[in-house]
Amino acid sequence: MGLENAIFESLPDVVTVKLDAVVNWARKSSLWPATFGLACCAIEMMNTVSARNDLSRFGAETFRASPRQADVMIVSGRVSRKMAPVLRRIYDQMPEPKWVISMGACATSGGVFDNYAIVQGVDKIVPVDIYVPGCPPRPEMLVHAIMMLQDKIMGESVNDRRDTYHPESRVSVVPGTLPVTEGTALERETKIEVAQNEVSRPYSIPSRHERRKSS
Amino acid sequence: MSTAVNNIPSQFELADQPLDSEMTLSMGPQHPSTHGVLRLDLRLDGELVVKAIPDIGYLHTGMEKLFEYKKYQQGIVITDRMDYLNPLGNNLVYVMAAEKLLGLEIPERAQVVRVLMCELQRIASHMVWLGTSALDLGAMSVFFFCFRQREKILNLIEAASGGRMTPSYFRIGGLMMDLPAGFERRVKQFSEGFPEALNTFDTLATGNTIWQSRTQGVGIIDREEAINWGLTGPCLRGSGVELDLRKHNPYSGYETYDFDIPTEPDGDVWSRYKVRMRELYESHKIVRQALERLKPGPIKADAPKVVLPDRDDMRKHMDSLIHHFLIVAEGFNVPEGEVYHAIEASKGELGVYMKSNGGPKPDRVHFRGPSFVNLSALPVMSEGEMVADVVAIIGSLDIVLGEIDR
Amino acid sequence: MSEKLHGFVQQLKEENSGWIVDVIDSFGEVTLVVPRESIVDVCWSLKTRHGFDMLADLCGADRGPEEEPRFEVNYHLFSTEHYSRLRLKVLLSEDEPKVPTVTTIWKTADWHERETYDLFGVVFDGHPDLRRILLPSDFDGHALRKDYPLRGYEPYSMN
Repeated sequence: MGLENAIFESLPDVVTVKLDAVVNWARKSSLWPATFGLACCAIEMMNTVSARNDLSRFGAETFRASPRQADVMIVSGRVSRKMAPVLRRIYDQMPEPKWVISMGACATSGGVFDNYAIVQGVDKIVPVDIYVPGCPPRPEMLVHAIMMLQDKIMGESVNDRRDTYHPESRVSVVPGTLPVTEGTALERETKIEVAQNEVSRPYSIPSRHERRKSS
Repeated sequence: MSTAVNNIPSQFELADQPLDSEMTLSMGPQHPSTHGVLRLDLRLDGELVVKAIPDIGYLHTGMEKLFEYKKYQQGIVITDRMDYLNPLGNNLVYVMAAEKLLGLEIPERAQVVRVLMCELQRIASHMVWLGTSALDLGAMSVFFFCFRQREKILNLIEAASGGRMTPSYFRIGGLMMDLPAGFERRVKQFSEGFPEALNTFDTLATGNTIWQSRTQGVGIIDREEAINWGLTGPCLRGSGVELDLRKHNPYSGYETYDFDIPTEPDGDVWSRYKVRMRELYESHKIVRQALERLKPGPIKADAPKVVLPDRDDMRKHMDSLIHHFLIVAEGFNVPEGEVYHAIEASKGELGVYMKSNGGPKPDRVHFRGPSFVNLSALPVMSEGEMVADVVAIIGSLDIVLGEIDR
Repeated sequence: MSEKLHGFVQQLKEENSGWIVDVIDSFGEVTLVVPRESIVDVCWSLKTRHGFDMLADLCGADRGPEEEPRFEVNYHLFSTEHYSRLRLKVLLSEDEPKVPTVTTIWKTADWHERETYDLFGVVFDGHPDLRRILLPSDFDGHALRKDYPLRGYEPYSMN
């Protein structure tokens, strides 16, 4: 109310700022997380949104069920080998810019489950921005992680994520295949050949049988 | 195109079949209303579900394999992460199976504390069920009210054990440590305010016309089918079978508490809802009775080779120090044999089959998760219903994928 | 409780003496070792005549690769009438880990048997839909067998 009046009176009509500062400020102030609940941590993630901790104070309470509308993927819980391709696919469906928070010990490193069924760290599948320790982390820690992510976003440049505006990077996709667009320019340069060769199945876990065949 | 289709990972094959008169819809594994990573293959005729095939395993953690590589006392930590809405129930069934093998007598105070904590945990678990199943049906504010109550219970559990969601509070032979000072007062405070919260839930949901029309007559399973499919807990009691292991196979002294078994005859979502709501009152009743029974006393069984000694004893007695070292470093040997022990968890019969080969590590630990069995009956309940009702049915089953996939 | 269970065992023995190979009574639980061929008959008899109308649990166990018989399948029966429990045990050799299905008697056996097949490789003859349930369909091996390593055969990798 009074604030706008004060600003308008004291500021000129035109303000010049860095583009990065404005865009990043807008991005960080309305992070939309994807509801990607996997295990125990998902319940603490729900707790973060609910009455006591109220994530909306930090502008990140709008959880979206569709990855197409989300900016942040909070990987909350253990990722099994059966879930790994699904997780990658959901990550690929999220539009740029996108960030990943690995919530809890299981998502970060496999946690106590060092066995045949669990992926030992979600960073083997998707690039992770913030790791949250704990089993499960308290809601306060998730709030802290989101604030750290906001700090990180403020330090980014719009240039970093520009490559996704190239038309060919939007090439997707026969149903059932994964889009090849992901990551920053650097990642794209290193991965593009692999992706072209394996466009139908860019991500898969070869069985022992397949391995033996190929070697 | 054709090569691409051939290379689809097999779990998506059904969803990519061409449209016919029947449509196949792949619901999940990332879906807000499947309570985790459940996937359903729904064959639809318009809006009607012709066939529903649950596809589980997206959270398979290999826990049963891991138990074989851990000592008995280390296994308690893994049980926390199985049914993560009811971790104390999992702790209880695991330690009780081990105690059965070891033949331990648990002191009175430890038993009462176990009952008290388990009932608090049951309330917390039902709070998540009510909040999320209401959220699935579009009632958002119930969720906030429920989580507010749940947070109070989590604070109590944290005060006692140090962990909010993964307490590992029950140990083989008793408890990890005694209740902190002032715990009884805090529980009393909670139990005094809880009936008012229950009234709020009744106003928000039970009396709500939309809620009633979404749940009544949906997802019916009759008495014989329910037993045949092995349903337990509120799902079975919602079909009119009066079965509660707390009364019928009593453990931890539940037979001495005064409480009722709520049953509803209809077997639909509404019945299961009402059973759980009435169970909240019963749990509240047990909490108050357990509070009255809390008397000072030992909290660990008298078995120095199995139960960790107190810190004070370790400073004063050499043999306590030796026992502590041996239990932690080498574990304790458990007599050879096999047991199956079952308790009434918040979702139904939670059983554990434990087989010992005489060493410090179990030979085989198998958990009979109530969610696993209850979910297997989902096709019976959901076939012939609308797609939107499937969400209501899943909510009424109160499944936890961590326990289903283990 | 135990006397009641022994009554059932006695009646079963009278019905057919070949049904029960061994009776183990330990830790307050009664286990009947049943030959593979007659498991369906025993279950049917227990369900229809003795009130064991619920199959609480069905699980496999591996005794180790050097043991013979190697596998066991445990059926935990429960009665909603007299609230007693009974365990049936079928022993299977490594060469022929096959046992008739009990899905015809209890529908709940469906998922339990699929799980046992998935994790132990025990084949349930006559099961309507014997697929893997927990692990991906292209998984190699049976994870809960004793000779399967804890971390699996291959390190997890992206490529």
